[in-house]
Amino acid sequence: MAINIEKIRADFPILSTEINGKPLIYLDNAATTQKPQQVIDAILDYYQHYNSNIHRGTHHLSNLATQAHEAARDTVKNYINAAHDHEIIFTRGTTEAINLVAFSFGEAFVDPGDEIIVTELEHHSNFVPWQMMCERRRAHFRVVPFDENGDLRLDILENLLNEKTRLVAFNHISNSLGTVNPAKKIIKMAHDAGAAVLVDAAQSVQHIEHDVRELDADFYAFSGHKIYGPTGIGVLYGKESWLEAMPPYQGGGEMIDLVTIEKTTYNQLPFKFEAGTPNIVGPIGLAAAIKYLNTLNFDEIMAYEDEILAYGLARLREIDGLTIYSNAKRHASIMAFNFEGVHHFDLGTLLDTKGIAVRTGHHCTQPIMTALGIEGTVRASLALYNTKEEIDILVDAVRKVLKMLGK
Amino acid sequence: MDSIQAIQKDIIEDFSFLPEWDERYAYLIELGQKMEPLPEKFRTEENIVRGCQSTVWLHSECNGGTVHFKADSDSLIVKGLAALLMRVFSGQPAVDVLNADLLFFEETGLNKHLSSQRTNGLMAMIEEIRAFAKKCQAEEV
Repeated sequence: MAINIEKIRADFPILSTEINGKPLIYLDNAATTQKPQQVIDAILDYYQHYNSNIHRGTHHLSNLATQAHEAARDTVKNYINAAHDHEIIFTRGTTEAINLVAFSFGEAFVDPGDEIIVTELEHHSNFVPWQMMCERRRAHFRVVPFDENGDLRLDILENLLNEKTRLVAFNHISNSLGTVNPAKKIIKMAHDAGAAVLVDAAQSVQHIEHDVRELDADFYAFSGHKIYGPTGIGVLYGKESWLEAMPPYQGGGEMIDLVTIEKTTYNQLPFKFEAGTPNIVGPIGLAAAIKYLNTLNFDEIMAYEDEILAYGLARLREIDGLTIYSNAKRHASIMAFNFEGVHHFDLGTLLDTKGIAVRTGHHCTQPIMTALGIEGTVRASLALYNTKEEIDILVDAVRKVLKMLGK
Repeated sequence: MDSIQAIQKDIIEDFSFLPEWDERYAYLIELGQKMEPLPEKFRTEENIVRGCQSTVWLHSECNGGTVHFKADSDSLIVKGLAALLMRVFSGQPAVDVLNADLLFFEETGLNKHLSSQRTNGLMAMIEEIRAFAKKCQAEEV
């Protein structure tokens, strides 16, 4: 393996923390990733040396901040291979990006009787905004279920798609099960039916392929904090033609061209969708995270993460009585499990006493839990800095904790 | 029956003998396992205290100004916490429940360790207990 994990781990200061007197084993990366020193330094540098409001200053600091903010847009554009900088809209996160599309696309293109398709694998943030939009626009809300392995039923998607379908929204990777959905295929199917597509890339942009033009996604959303960047910054990519045709999401400063009592005209892309003083430092931190990833070889990262995941699942399967919910055809980053007769909260709480950070619960995917007939799972989720040694500690700890719980 | 204050003191002392957190959890689990099972007829939708991750059933009774509680949970740790609450509050005069300072969660460090208390429905349980004590005192139940 060409990837130098020791060096990567050294870049993330928090990984040397101790929890309850034990070295931190951080396996909650699907919730948020840790930040390399390079990101922390970029944020510090901004506040220490050029903090200023952007796009309106006549002074030196404002020019520096504006340049850094817009250079960050270009860094994001290159990372996802968008055609233009102005196709990159900065948002608070994936949730706001999806809400933006649900509102503005809905206003422009969805009429009563039209249909929107999502999947049963979605995070609530790629489910509820579409339900709300369907209520507002009196459109029909359709849901593609998944099968017993956690794969989407593409045959049902095929049947649901029709000339009334306006948009299909799905996640590239399920945050709850780790299923990697066949994005290119789904997008092709939707386009053949004349529907637009939004890809929720919150769990995928940091782990697997993320070329929006290769995928041919119309909209693509992700969060900075899950790709080793800061919280409070997200990205909406939209094809220029769609974004031009959509009305603004919020009104305020920055998004306007000319305001009079009679009428307001709007600014050009991307500013039309960025009302108010934006999160200035967020994109700068996000760009630092992307630049950090760019210093590594992404194919090697993917191969390494696949290897750790395969090892983790194999080791967990050694534990009798453990049910693993991550069994899709293609699968990344996430290990979701339960032990018969043990509450996931107890398992997670006791793992914490061993210094192991996992998440328990429904993971904001209640439709998945309903379909599986469970209340929740324990979810261990990986990032590029996790190791086989950490997996061994996890498996060992799960066994000890089960013993504590009388199993 | 010892006072609420005295019982809390006992609990704080019990925990002081267990310096390690895995020992404390093992103790909570043991308390949960030992708790008198909640009769099936009390495991009703009405008695569910909504926590974010675990389900808690709380059955309350009021006899001449004294409150009595029985509880259960699908999480053993939460059940152990419920057992502590039962030990402190069940069988006490409603007026004492209402006037009590709940010290033992802070003093044992349980409040910090169970990071967001909403995840285990603990605060919801305490609110239910206080609300019921209020009704009991006002002779509404």
